[in-house]
Amino acid sequence: MVDATQPAASKSLPAATIRAEEAAHFGKLAAEWWDPKGSSAMLHRLNPVRLGFIRDAIDRHWRLDGECVRPLTGKTALDVGCGAGLLCEPLARLGAHVTGVDAAPENIAAAQAHAAGSGLTIDYRAGELSTLPAATFDLVTCLEVIEHVADKRAFIGELAARLAPGGLMILSTPNRTPQSRLLLVDAAETVGVIPRGTHHWDDFATPDELRELLAGAGLAMGEPQGIAFSPTRGLHLSPDLSLNYIVTAVRSA
Amino acid sequence: MDDKRDLVILGGGLVGMTLALAAASKGISSHVVDRADPAELTAEGFDGRASAISTASWNLFANIGIADALEPFACPIERIAVSDQLKPGQIDFVPEPHEGSLGRMFENRRLRLALYEAAERQPLIAFHPGAIVTRRERGAHGVAAQLADGRVLEGSLLVGAEGRRSPTREEAGLQLAQWDYRHRAIISGLTHSAPHEGTAWEIFYPAGPFALLPMLDDEAGNHRSALVWTVAEKDAAGTLKLSDRAFLAEANKRMGGLLGTVTAAGPRSSYPLSFQHTARIVADRLALVGDAAHGIHPIAGQGLNLGLRDVGALVEVIADGMRLGLEPGDAQLLARYERWRSLDSMSVALATDGLTWLFGVPGKTASAVRRLGMGGVQRLSPLKHWFMDEARGVSGALPELLKD
Repeated sequence: MVDATQPAASKSLPAATIRAEEAAHFGKLAAEWWDPKGSSAMLHRLNPVRLGFIRDAIDRHWRLDGECVRPLTGKTALDVGCGAGLLCEPLARLGAHVTGVDAAPENIAAAQAHAAGSGLTIDYRAGELSTLPAATFDLVTCLEVIEHVADKRAFIGELAARLAPGGLMILSTPNRTPQSRLLLVDAAETVGVIPRGTHHWDDFATPDELRELLAGAGLAMGEPQGIAFSPTRGLHLSPDLSLNYIVTAVRSA
Repeated sequence: MDDKRDLVILGGGLVGMTLALAAASKGISSHVVDRADPAELTAEGFDGRASAISTASWNLFANIGIADALEPFACPIERIAVSDQLKPGQIDFVPEPHEGSLGRMFENRRLRLALYEAAERQPLIAFHPGAIVTRRERGAHGVAAQLADGRVLEGSLLVGAEGRRSPTREEAGLQLAQWDYRHRAIISGLTHSAPHEGTAWEIFYPAGPFALLPMLDDEAGNHRSALVWTVAEKDAAGTLKLSDRAFLAEANKRMGGLLGTVTAAGPRSSYPLSFQHTARIVADRLALVGDAAHGIHPIAGQGLNLGLRDVGALVEVIADGMRLGLEPGDAQLLARYERWRSLDSMSVALATDGLTWLFGVPGKTASAVRRLGMGGVQRLSPLKHWFMDEARGVSGALPELLKD
């Protein structure tokens, strides 16, 4: 199941684009974020899978040695919709100077407390992307967020404005297919694998729609990879895009 | 407060120290705590404690850089002979020339010396010998082990490597399934008049197996083998107390002149045989390796090799995770380690268990069935190859560190 995850999706978008009832929903989940067996269990299980994609993308983009321990040394990273820092902390361990933004102050509070315990320095900001000081970042990540955003075009435009020249963007989101409606929304939320109210299927974007949105912001989307689930392999990267997918984007030449 | 490291390994024996070195080869730092004093563990004299190192385990030693130092002390196993009470119909496992050896025999003392020496040169390993752990803590952000002298060692992941009676496992409440064989293994180093020609013997008697593992000749050129003699628990004390002469006579009787005359036996020691298996080998920020995760009957010589496969898998899982920015104690990494190892250790343990059971049944009919069975194994090549691959440790999904 794909990413189901996301409890947190967070939205860090211009104020008009955030749904107030969604922000409250995710705030309630913040405290449970870091419990690998808690309500974010799917997200914890998804983490190694999407980090695997991110690591490969980083190595390819900056032509790095796949074995190097801190490939992001000297680089800045921005995670938009960072939740309680499940992605920010690994990026910091990979050497990046990380900024995490989330619309829900509870998420940011949980993220700050956890980073302090982990001995990591991460710049966490509660609020909208637009309230960040003007700055661009070498790596911009926004995972499992755009499906929660009402004005996707405006939001992607804001993300693009944060990408430094020569930078790399990574996005993931559920696809809008009959399979994702059945598995991610109906089944997963019914049995409780994903917290109820996490997803609104109509807001999901297909890979083609996302490519078009990115192109509108001057970004070229890479080849999407699916995140699929099988009983034997668990969550894994796959050519099957029907549930959830993850892509890179860079400035168009 | 000492420096925080990736791993806090409790137990610096063969498995724990190999883990520290294998981890270091991937840039992973560790504290290693052991109650024993290394000087005692590496003292002179052959006490019969020996290990069969499979081809896969040897690859691991090569990959962590201790194979060259060990090679001069290796006795290659050229052939494994399995016999039912020395009656006709024995099984021979002989590899084809291109298949390489079935493994190498080492005195455990030699393995320890090589491991300690390599660990001393490795700045990523902080070794704390002669230390008693008084408190273990596993929290949201890391683990800590307090020592009797008050020092506190911190890390991201706690590893229980203290052997079959692991206090770390017990404290974590990980349940053990346990079959007690009510048998005891008596081990000793034998000196004998005829060369063993690289043969490892497993001679099954209704009372339990009698195993002879080939060792390198000593400096004076005496031929040596390590004996693992299984006796019923009720007979163990008596056997251990036998005079040297009586013990030699008993050993000679059971070996039927296979290796000429046994002329001397080293000090005897013993340990109870029990098959243990934990369904869970991980908990929050805790992983078990080696006998702490699965005690195993020693007849097939798989105990240490199984533990070294644990080492290879755990290091690979952690290194893969750290490459992604995850910390060594990450719950998802530990879940992968547990999935990977549980099938392998269970199948080896059950196969070994079945073999013991098959050979433990007394009576003429049972003996005939066993001989028939052994003839069957001899003829049935897929099964035979499974046995041989198992002895060499090359079956199943091997961790990268155990590959050539």
